[in-house]
Amino acid sequence: MISQFFVLSQRGDNIVFRDYRGEVAKGSAEIFFRKVKFWKEDEAEEAPPVFNVDGVNYIHVKVAGLFFVATSRVNMPPSLVLELLQRIARVTKDYLGVLNEDSIRKNFVLVYELLDEVIDFGYPQTTSTEVLKSYVFNEPIVVDAGRLPPLGPAAIFMQGTKRMPGTAVTKSVVATEPGGKKREEIFVDIIEKISVTFSSSGYILTSEIDGTIQMKSYLTGNPEIRLALNEDLSIGRNGSSLYDYRSSSGSGTVILDDCNFHESVHLESFDVDRTLSLIPPDGEFAVMNYRMTQEFKPPFRVTALIEEAGSSRAEVILKIRADFSPNVTANTITVQMPVPSYTMRASFELEAGATGQTTDFKEGSRRLEWNLKKIVGGAEHTLRAKLTFSQEIHGNIAKEAGPVNMNFTIPMYNASKLQVRYLQIAKKSKTYNPYRWVRYVTQANSYVARL
Amino acid sequence: MAPPVSTPKSASPSQPSGKSEVTDLKLQLRHLAGSRAPGADDAKRDLFKRVISCMTVGIDVSPAFSEMVMCSATSDVVLKKMCYLYVGNYARCNPDLALLTINFLQKDCHDQDPTIRGLALRSLCSLRVQNLVEYLVAPLAAGLKDHSSYVRTVAAIGVLKLYHISATMCHDSDFPAALKALMLSDPDAQVVANCLYSLLEIWTQDAANSDEAAREIEALYGKSIIYYLLNRIKDFSEWAQCLVLDLVSKYIPSDNNEIFDMMNLLEDRLQHANGAVVLATIKVFLHLTMSMTDVHQQVYERIKAPLLTLVGAGSPEQSYAVLCHLHLLVMRAPMLFSSDYKHFYCQFSDPSYVKKLKLEMLTAIANESNTYEIVTELCEYAGNVDVPIAQESIRAVGKIALQQYDVNAIVDRLLQFLEMEKDYVTAETLVLVKDLLRKYPQWSHDCIAVVGNISSNSIQEPKAKAALIWMLGEYSQDMMDAPYVLESLVENWEEEHSPEVRLHLLTAVMKCFFKRAPETQKALGAALAAGLADNNQDVHDRALFYYRLLQYDVAVAERVVNPPKQAVSVFADTQSSEIKDRIFDEFNSLSVVYQKPSYLFTDKEHRGPFEFSEDLSNLAIGGDSGDDVIHSAQRYEENDKDLLLSTSDKEENGGPTHNGSSTYSAPSDVNSSTSLVSSSTTQPAAFAIDDLLGLGVLDTPVLPPPPALSLNAKPVLDPGTFQKKWGQLTVSSSQESTLSIQGVASLTAPQSLIKHMQNNSIQCIASGGQPPNYKFFFFAQKEGSSSFFLVECIVNTASAKAQIKIKADDASASDAFASLFQSALSNFGSS
Repeated sequence: MISQFFVLSQRGDNIVFRDYRGEVAKGSAEIFFRKVKFWKEDEAEEAPPVFNVDGVNYIHVKVAGLFFVATSRVNMPPSLVLELLQRIARVTKDYLGVLNEDSIRKNFVLVYELLDEVIDFGYPQTTSTEVLKSYVFNEPIVVDAGRLPPLGPAAIFMQGTKRMPGTAVTKSVVATEPGGKKREEIFVDIIEKISVTFSSSGYILTSEIDGTIQMKSYLTGNPEIRLALNEDLSIGRNGSSLYDYRSSSGSGTVILDDCNFHESVHLESFDVDRTLSLIPPDGEFAVMNYRMTQEFKPPFRVTALIEEAGSSRAEVILKIRADFSPNVTANTITVQMPVPSYTMRASFELEAGATGQTTDFKEGSRRLEWNLKKIVGGAEHTLRAKLTFSQEIHGNIAKEAGPVNMNFTIPMYNASKLQVRYLQIAKKSKTYNPYRWVRYVTQANSYVARL
Repeated sequence: MAPPVSTPKSASPSQPSGKSEVTDLKLQLRHLAGSRAPGADDAKRDLFKRVISCMTVGIDVSPAFSEMVMCSATSDVVLKKMCYLYVGNYARCNPDLALLTINFLQKDCHDQDPTIRGLALRSLCSLRVQNLVEYLVAPLAAGLKDHSSYVRTVAAIGVLKLYHISATMCHDSDFPAALKALMLSDPDAQVVANCLYSLLEIWTQDAANSDEAAREIEALYGKSIIYYLLNRIKDFSEWAQCLVLDLVSKYIPSDNNEIFDMMNLLEDRLQHANGAVVLATIKVFLHLTMSMTDVHQQVYERIKAPLLTLVGAGSPEQSYAVLCHLHLLVMRAPMLFSSDYKHFYCQFSDPSYVKKLKLEMLTAIANESNTYEIVTELCEYAGNVDVPIAQESIRAVGKIALQQYDVNAIVDRLLQFLEMEKDYVTAETLVLVKDLLRKYPQWSHDCIAVVGNISSNSIQEPKAKAALIWMLGEYSQDMMDAPYVLESLVENWEEEHSPEVRLHLLTAVMKCFFKRAPETQKALGAALAAGLADNNQDVHDRALFYYRLLQYDVAVAERVVNPPKQAVSVFADTQSSEIKDRIFDEFNSLSVVYQKPSYLFTDKEHRGPFEFSEDLSNLAIGGDSGDDVIHSAQRYEENDKDLLLSTSDKEENGGPTHNGSSTYSAPSDVNSSTSLVSSSTTQPAAFAIDDLLGLGVLDTPVLPPPPALSLNAKPVLDPGTFQKKWGQLTVSSSQESTLSIQGVASLTAPQSLIKHMQNNSIQCIASGGQPPNYKFFFFAQKEGSSSFFLVECIVNTASAKAQIKIKADDASASDAFASLFQSALSNFGSS
């Protein structure tokens, strides 16, 4: 059972502190923060999410720059506590619309109300936003989301697509809106994190997609929803199949290695026509998580080259090519490349007429950084950099540099080709026609090219 | 001091201005207390918020207690809740004032609105004031019978709160029985779950002194309750499902059909999006199939995909917890994961604690078919900007080399590392090359050729320098300039700060001397002189020892310092299999993350029913502050293994900061000459070293076994020594024994067996567990001797079987003792 729960700011201030069992001393928040802050000073290592100090287990997750921490004196399942912490953060977000230090500070009484119902005497009770509604009486004080960087993977929709009302994802699930009437809408986000490693010769060494179908429903009356995926979707590789293999028709088939589902999902028709039916609970939740190692076309080709140019100089050429349709635009692209530790200076040369690109040489971490605001599908960009070293080159310089790492977000693109064919909402009346948003996004998790 | 500031309403309420705030708040509260004016509630809300925010940041607002209580007469639920929160926080330190709140809380317990009833009951039970418990009983009894399930859920946990304030009051009111009835009948799953939480905690704590409670606990793990819960598992919330699954994992099914039925029922839980549910299910599957090797293996295959999916989904923290469990499984059955190696490649975004786990997994699953790919990948990490990870990667390559038969390619790679000319890479690699040579002396020519080119000046890391010096001494016949390199090192004796390196230098010069006497004589003289003058006691002693040996007889000295060596076939494992098994038993708990059994990191009173080993644990915890994922726990194990381990292996155990000179203290000198024994002779070697250490563990190792063994009736052994011995000795006898039916019947609590064994001159040092599994640690001493027998005995009353492991100081008497122990055990219950 959990002894205490607290939320700490980045500076270590208590924003919320709830002691459930009175068996851990009050100074635990300080002990925790000091431990995390100075985990291993010399090695710049991050503190693991779970550690033990003097018989007290500290378990934490970082959400929105805040620490959500639970302490316990007993040997608990770590995943249970971590899932619970994450869920508390999510429920809080459902209530407050935006989750950040400011919104929690403004609504801390409401958060206490939530905590009272979510955990009793250290035992988890309910984390369903829906159930909690009947026991929570404070009205959320809505914080202006615009001032603060939004959170969570869905937040990226606010930057790119104009179709989406900006406030949608940051709207509280429970708060009554100014007009008194709630807008009926539902969001289905297909979020994919991709990991690709290219060898020095450009060959794909490993590739994986971790995807989530995330739903956030603002529908009243909890109507049933049917979510149809690709008909030829198949699940299970390496003999660990959950369902019967159907003969995959050609190369277009999407083959997932494995997936899991939210409790509310009924799988009866999934085996037949790949349709998920569910009665979505209020708030945000993952309908389905999936993993795919089937080969897919990586959105970017990255080539990196480092060559000696004299006894203490070298030239770097970085090239990225966007291998996707020109209708799609990737944004917030960062390319990083570690350079030899004895690099003193770097001078950059962008291609002629480049806009929205910046470059930097991070002296502390010895890496080149190249930022691009956006890349349109089909485009190719090159960066040249001249490095000056403090000593003469010895050995193979390519071994001292790299690998190149890339970060990006591509809205309305998904690498796996998993599709939501349709989203059907059981009709309550003829005029009932809620807004439905089906959105796709692909993000880099670990996108690496070796030298 | 600043004057009291009344914060404007718009200001953030959780930013209190100072201490004078409290006085100000008191004043304003008093002002509002009786007010029935419109808007009074809003004003109160703001005031209450300020009070709570002070409470949150740690300002003591308890002086305002009476004012808060005065203001609490309200129908506003939000106000009530804040007031309850406040009262719950401070009632304990103001027991007298807490009495004031009883009245309105009791009144609220009869409110029309079930939400208010529930809230009031929860707050009433949370007061934690001893002399108010009498006021709790009636509302609790009513709460358990309330027609609102919300109130019943609150009451079910309320009983547990009462139990913690006054266990007698709880029992006198017969609440446990009421909870049990509710658990078996309530239509609301959360009420059932809360009853279960409370009962488990109450009965587990009572079980120490009450057989009845122990029986009740046993019943919870019994078929009828387990089936009752399993049949409605989908009614439970995901959190309560975890509780039920944990209970199920301790259930012992009667036959295989039952096992398959349960697994089929729970199969879809493996597809749950909540990782906690999946892991709890996996634990059930693993434990159910423990005795069915084939199915157990199928379970591994089945759970792989869901685990990997969980690693990819969710936050980094969640994936870490899952990865730790995957790590445990990989370490247990590496061959089952050998084709999944790509999943364990490090990703750019992985934090270093994740990368470390992955490196260990990659090392473990490397086999003939995937070694090439894995080692290629690891070599990529060696150039990593993250230096600790680069070092770990090189170590991993070395370990794989030590595991494999075909080391050709790997040795080449290692030697390429040396050509990278990065200091930390060179240092790590040298240590590995040294270990490799200890296992594969046939590679010496290739390695020496490369190592010989390394300038000893370029190496700073003591471990690496020591490794290089060891190779110089060991292979001085093959390295042309070995004597001269050593000589120059001896010349710089004063500048060498690490005693570890100086010790190695002494030994290396000695070895070199036996092979190339004329060239080394000068260096040896200088080294011995410098050693004798050394401030470090170990260095001094070793120099003196060598000096006298040489004086006594050079041939003897050579036999001692440089005997012919056998290659090391297996490097000792870092963790004993018992520890590993225990961690596996505690699957889906923090033990897996910390990689140590729970008794090493939990206080006695917080241990669960299945954890045991009372006093033994305290000793091992010692100075461990929990900051290392690696454990002081294994220190005892390490103690003896150190003597056989190389520096790098030792490092594995002790964490990265553990490269102090202690590794190379005096006894490890003997180590360098005797450590290269094959595994078959490991045990006697360890004994000999123990004796050198003056531990006195060993008495008369080669006594012929006496015909009949008689035991000392009153032996004395403190838990510390027991633990140490247990760690040091190897199992001399491992048996399974059957208990008589009477024996099983008498074993309702551990005490009965302990008394019985005592009558047979076998003492219990620790015991634990509960039906049907008990675990005991016994010891006995041979009459008229100092040699002890240590026994681990696991009794399962359901199967009437006992697993016995015996360790003995005097292994030759172990069989005699084993039969004595067995007969004592089988007599149990019949007397």
